[in-house]
Amino acid sequence: MRARKRRGGVWVTLLPLYLFTLVFVAGPLVYMLVLSFQTRAEVWGVVNEFTLSNYANIFQPVYLNTFLESFKLALTSTVLICAIGYPFGYFMAKLSPVWKGRVMLLLMIPFWTSSLIRLYGWIIIFRANGTLDKLLMGVGLTEAPLKLLYTYPAVVVGMVYALLQFMILAVYSSAEKLDWSLVEAARDLGATPIRAFLTVTLPLTLPGLLSGVILTFIPSMGLFFIADILGGNKVVLVGSLIQDQLMKAHNWPFAAALSVVLMALTSLMISLYKRVTHTTELEGLL
Amino acid sequence: MGETILELQGIAKHFGETDVLNGVSIAIGKGEFITLLGPSGCGKTTTLRIIAGLETPDEGRVLLNGKDVTDAEPNQRDVNTVFQNYALFPHMTVAANIGYSLRLKKKPKEEIKKAVEDALALVQLTGYDKRMPAELSGGQRQRVAIARAVVNRPSVLLLDEPLGALDLQLRRQMQLELKALQKRLGITFVYITHDQEEALNMSDRIAVMRDGRFEQVGTPAEVYDSPRTSYVARFVGTANVLSGTVRAVKDDVLSAECAGGCAGALCRGYAFAPGTPVTLAVRSEHVEFTRDPDACGIPAVIQEKTFAGGMLRIALTLADGASLIASRHGIDLDVQTGEAVRVTWRPENAMPVDVEETA
Repeated sequence: MRARKRRGGVWVTLLPLYLFTLVFVAGPLVYMLVLSFQTRAEVWGVVNEFTLSNYANIFQPVYLNTFLESFKLALTSTVLICAIGYPFGYFMAKLSPVWKGRVMLLLMIPFWTSSLIRLYGWIIIFRANGTLDKLLMGVGLTEAPLKLLYTYPAVVVGMVYALLQFMILAVYSSAEKLDWSLVEAARDLGATPIRAFLTVTLPLTLPGLLSGVILTFIPSMGLFFIADILGGNKVVLVGSLIQDQLMKAHNWPFAAALSVVLMALTSLMISLYKRVTHTTELEGLL
Repeated sequence: MGETILELQGIAKHFGETDVLNGVSIAIGKGEFITLLGPSGCGKTTTLRIIAGLETPDEGRVLLNGKDVTDAEPNQRDVNTVFQNYALFPHMTVAANIGYSLRLKKKPKEEIKKAVEDALALVQLTGYDKRMPAELSGGQRQRVAIARAVVNRPSVLLLDEPLGALDLQLRRQMQLELKALQKRLGITFVYITHDQEEALNMSDRIAVMRDGRFEQVGTPAEVYDSPRTSYVARFVGTANVLSGTVRAVKDDVLSAECAGGCAGALCRGYAFAPGTPVTLAVRSEHVEFTRDPDACGIPAVIQEKTFAGGMLRIALTLADGASLIASRHGIDLDVQTGEAVRVTWRPENAMPVDVEETA
């Protein structure tokens, strides 16, 4: 009796949470799903006519190509982020508590500034005769401006810059939890430092690394404003495509269909993550 | 002691301003079970880590099988460690943990399988090979850690408080098993503990450590019966320590003035001149009471009587304010709290300690 009563109490306290989820998460998702099967109205909005044409549209080469390009960019960015973020997070976990705090602060400071403003900073650095060009020409490494702004590499740099913290924090929280005596045990049992890293450190920090991959790969598929600001019109990503379809072409059903497919792809990745790590928690999220 | 397998020569180690080890030297024989005994912070774990190669000494040398391994990497030493927290690889099965070192050596699969099975049988865990460390109890993890460390048959096995996390009953059982295992394998054990009972039970020799030095190295009997210093006397077997002045020496028995009374002790080979200060150690079970005012004894007042573990523990205060503990089997002792008595002991039960050796 008493147990049941208590359970009822829990229900009541959780109710706001459920309501919030229902209204702000489940509701819009269902709406988006419904929208993706509706037909675009001639002038404005949608008409309630079932169609699969929105999904069929995605298979046009131009859109498929956009998905492919997005995937390539996300992959490139993620690989770079892994290469920089893993060692960073790993060595950060080995710092003294005081230095951990300082580095953590340095990582957090950029969060206090709008990401848009920080991206404009990159414009100043990348633009022709900008900071980078002046620096390189001043040192004598290059003779003419590189014209990096509105190129693919500029977008990659922007992506890496915007998402690197997530990887660092994910790897850090994983490496922080690592019991370093395990590495000592491996060394004691005859492992070279590299073998010890590959057989003990890496497998045990893999959840952090994979979680970092999820946390960077998925957003980099959709972060349209980075591609817009640093790539001009030259780099079109799924994110930009959805935004264009929604805001400029006013083709809501098509934008919804694109979003559904993007979501399906990312869900697929998360389920793969669960498979590999046997956990649903994303390391470093909290 | 036989052939020396491991030798420490003047090992010193500082962490910043702190001297953790101050010139530690010892020669350890093949097949010996040696225990480093001391309170936490005395440098015993650092000593072990230096032997394992996980720490480099600032001064001194480590010789293993006659070879200088002071600067050798941990993986280049024929030494394995049982870590305090076991340090089992959580992502590997029991079998994979035990076979880890053999896989590194690229031994054939069949050989590894056989060696792992043998090691599991040795620690009585046959059939546990497919378990993960998280599925084991503390005692079982302990056994896996031991199996993993001995599977390679190292020259020396280092054990860092391996039984510290186990409950008392299991600890006693594991003491016996470890000792039996050591005899069977003939591997030299360097064992760390802060538990004097454990040290006395298991060791061939005990090195009592204090502030980064060896205070006394000897067999359990030597350390227990003839502590060289008051520190050893207190730490091993919690002896009472009293200071006094030598009054007379006769037939290798000295009598001393202690806390306004009289106490006797064997000289134990030391030469004492009348009038010199002396420190005596007496174990609580050897403290006796007398009411004879003329007998040699020290006046004392009984402060407290407690009964614990089948022993009556009597706390006394001496005239100079020092305290003394006496213990008895049974409870039917005719002394009352607050009563004034004279404490005494047989000279052969008192040990002169902290004697400056001038010879």
